Amino acid sequence: MSGMIINGKTGDWEVICGLEIHCQIISKSKIFSGASTHYGSDVNENVSFIDAGMPGMLPVLNKQCVRQAIKTGLGLNAKINKYSEFSRKNYFYADLPQGYQITQFQYPLVGEGFVKIDLEDGSSKNIGIERIHIEQDAGKSIHDISPTKSFIDLNRAGVGLMEIVTKPDFRSPEEAGAFLRKLRSIVRYLGTCDGNMDEGSMRCDVNVSVRRVGETAFRTRNEMKNVNSVKFVMQAIEYEARRHVETYENGGTIVQETRQFDPLKGVTKVMRKKEFAHDYRYFPEPDLLPLVLDDAFIDDVKSEMVELPDAKKERFVHELGLTPYDASVLCEARETAEWFEKAAKGHDAKKVANWMMGDFFAMLNEKKISLEESPITPENLGKLVELVTSNVINGKTAKDVFVLMAETGKAPDVIVEEKGLKQVTDTAAIEKIIDEVIAANPGNVAAYKGGKVALMGWFVGQVMKASQGKANPGVVNQIFKSKLA
Amino acid sequence: MAIDTETVRKIAFLSRLRVDDDKVQATEDEFNKILGWVDQLQEVDTQNVAPLVSVNENYLQMREDKVTDGNMPEEILANAPMKEYGYFAVPKVVE
Repeated sequence: MSGMIINGKTGDWEVICGLEIHCQIISKSKIFSGASTHYGSDVNENVSFIDAGMPGMLPVLNKQCVRQAIKTGLGLNAKINKYSEFSRKNYFYADLPQGYQITQFQYPLVGEGFVKIDLEDGSSKNIGIERIHIEQDAGKSIHDISPTKSFIDLNRAGVGLMEIVTKPDFRSPEEAGAFLRKLRSIVRYLGTCDGNMDEGSMRCDVNVSVRRVGETAFRTRNEMKNVNSVKFVMQAIEYEARRHVETYENGGTIVQETRQFDPLKGVTKVMRKKEFAHDYRYFPEPDLLPLVLDDAFIDDVKSEMVELPDAKKERFVHELGLTPYDASVLCEARETAEWFEKAAKGHDAKKVANWMMGDFFAMLNEKKISLEESPITPENLGKLVELVTSNVINGKTAKDVFVLMAETGKAPDVIVEEKGLKQVTDTAAIEKIIDEVIAANPGNVAAYKGGKVALMGWFVGQVMKASQGKANPGVVNQIFKSKLA
Repeated sequence: MAIDTETVRKIAFLSRLRVDDDKVQATEDEFNKILGWVDQLQEVDTQNVAPLVSVNENYLQMREDKVTDGNMPEEILANAPMKEYGYFAVPKVVE
């Protein structure tokens, strides 16, 4: 049970929330023109006459954008519609040169689906997907260069977007946060959107309403546009829900309006209430025929599907013996999961996971570097684990070798060879040291025999010291026990 | 269905077209003539006929994902009434 209940003055209220997420589709060229989608080009460099809304220019649909949206739909367990249509959504804004956005309205490319989210209390919940449609992005307005003018860059105009619409299934900010993180992970695994909310390649509109516990109908909702981080989405839901409860309890009413979340103040305020603002006058796009796909097209996209985070996590737990927590951390990003699989190949996967979750991530953090920049290769981490499991070095030495690997980038077996760190497994050599320790410490030997068994640790420590850490502590322990018995 | 004066003004606003006060009545009459004609069409029984989106008996063709266009900022800005630093410049729009 992860629902959030607001205890008002007059009773308990339930939070209702739905999300609309705009994801920029990863493609080389725009959805309806051959201009580049490259981010960071010079102003108005990636603009064709189609994107600029010049009269007489005709849009031609980019096949890759369709494939990417289908792939995303499959990743969200959704129905792919073989028949879909494009529509015009009419509105005037300076960064929309056509005066309308080409989008899909009545017949979207992708229909209903669901995403399983995992919650902190260990429970999980399915969030319904209403639809995914594809459309074109608008240009970018820059308001802060001149005091009297706004500047328009059309490089983004016409870049393909997938709008993912959820059902109003969220009952708490936590659920919405878990969903966004899951969605981001899925689109990144699929390579259909880079999922960077702070750079605007994934943007979220949040719809919130409340109702008394027990009520079945929905009350009026408010929409908050373009909330640009998971944390802000969660804050916006909580603030807005509390505002609704307070308004109702003070005898007020909520009117449907578009609001903006101010992350600095943590509040929402009305964005636009203009009387005609929402009259989009959708109609079928006359420049584009209906999109009809056959099974072969959809099957071809299916053949490119990769293993998604949930399936991977499941496999890591059941086949490799990882804990659910370790598996979910390692699976969140595809790169991390693939790095782990490379490292674990042929070695003890659970031990490799422990190294990654502990020393390895700590090392990346400390050096402030990404996985790709790691001086330790996955193969070398696997080898290090192997050196311990095959008793070439002991666990303590392995920690030292790890540090040297991080410093030099060398392979662990090379380091062990160079530094002469090989564990002494030769029992005769160990026995000799043990005999010396026993001979030199008659007092402790007597105490141990008299019942102070905790002294065993001390004995082992003495031998480790004498062997410069190279003795196998397990073997040392065994020999001591037999000798002092 | 008939259109009133208020609807004429609303549609004019949405279309960003100026309709002077002395033209509103004439525009309203024209709208209603068109709608009267549509009403006439409504008499045809279309119960089992799927809506026609296009008279073209074909489906949408798609293009490959290749960069074939762009790289012409001067041409793009050539007809802009105002431009600065390579941007289109417009009267300040702030919500």
